[in-house]
Amino acid sequence: MTCTDFLSQLTDYFDGKVDPELLADVQAHICECHHCEVVLDTTRQTIAIYRENEIYEFPTELRERLHTAIMTKCRDNR
Amino acid sequence: MPAIQFPVTEEIHPDVALVERAKKGDTAAYEQLVRQYERQIFRVAQHITQNREDAEDITQDAFLKAYQKLDQFQGNSKFSTWLVRIAVNESLMRLRKRKTSKTVSMDEDVQTEDGSIPRDFAEWRPNPEQLYGQNELGDILRKTIQGLPPGFRTVFTLRDVENLSTEETAEALGLSVPAVKSRLLRARLQLRERLSRYFRQKNGALKP
Repeated sequence: MTCTDFLSQLTDYFDGKVDPELLADVQAHICECHHCEVVLDTTRQTIAIYRENEIYEFPTELRERLHTAIMTKCRDNR
Repeated sequence: MPAIQFPVTEEIHPDVALVERAKKGDTAAYEQLVRQYERQIFRVAQHITQNREDAEDITQDAFLKAYQKLDQFQGNSKFSTWLVRIAVNESLMRLRKRKTSKTVSMDEDVQTEDGSIPRDFAEWRPNPEQLYGQNELGDILRKTIQGLPPGFRTVFTLRDVENLSTEETAEALGLSVPAVKSRLLRARLQLRERLSRYFRQKNGALKP
């Protein structure tokens, strides 16, 4: 398996959806290729860091203001 | 011996009843749906537009539009996916109006291969949370996702930040599943490459 082949399987690999016939090859490639091992690990960290850190604040004051505005508009436009 | 077969009972999503009540004019039921999804819709809009005022307007417009079009909601998809689709369309429309970016359709920015081929193979050690404080980390994450073409940013936001499935993301964006997967791979790799400038292991552990 080449590095390009590995990359084409990366999304399915994260989803646990790699074709069973290919899975052993993918896993072997990760063990053999340090670059792809790093890409796998740092891509996994990329996803996790965005999922775990709420990067835009949604303070209660804003939420209440928006909520009131939405419901007022909906009631006025029934 | 054959395995015992249990009848498959399809679970009905609690939103279905709320939507039905809202369709009949029950504003309180709709208000409950608004409460449930206002944070998500605001976050999606802010991720796509990168602008807080736009995100506020879009959140209001999306919920109003959804309310006015409730009769058109057939229930083939989840209510939340349908709502996200409305918010994404409003957000892309807003970007087009602002014209700060040349590529605001879901189709235009697929040509670029820039950053889709990994070049940085440094490990991230110590891990980013150990390397940066919360505020500094937030700045890096905002700055980095802002640099991504809107089409990629949108797919990444729905699939990885909001945790929609690939199929739901495809539905919300009006794209095919393979198109979502291809954009998602590029978005993830581009973000990884850009973040690596900050997070890569350094000799002497100096920050950039």
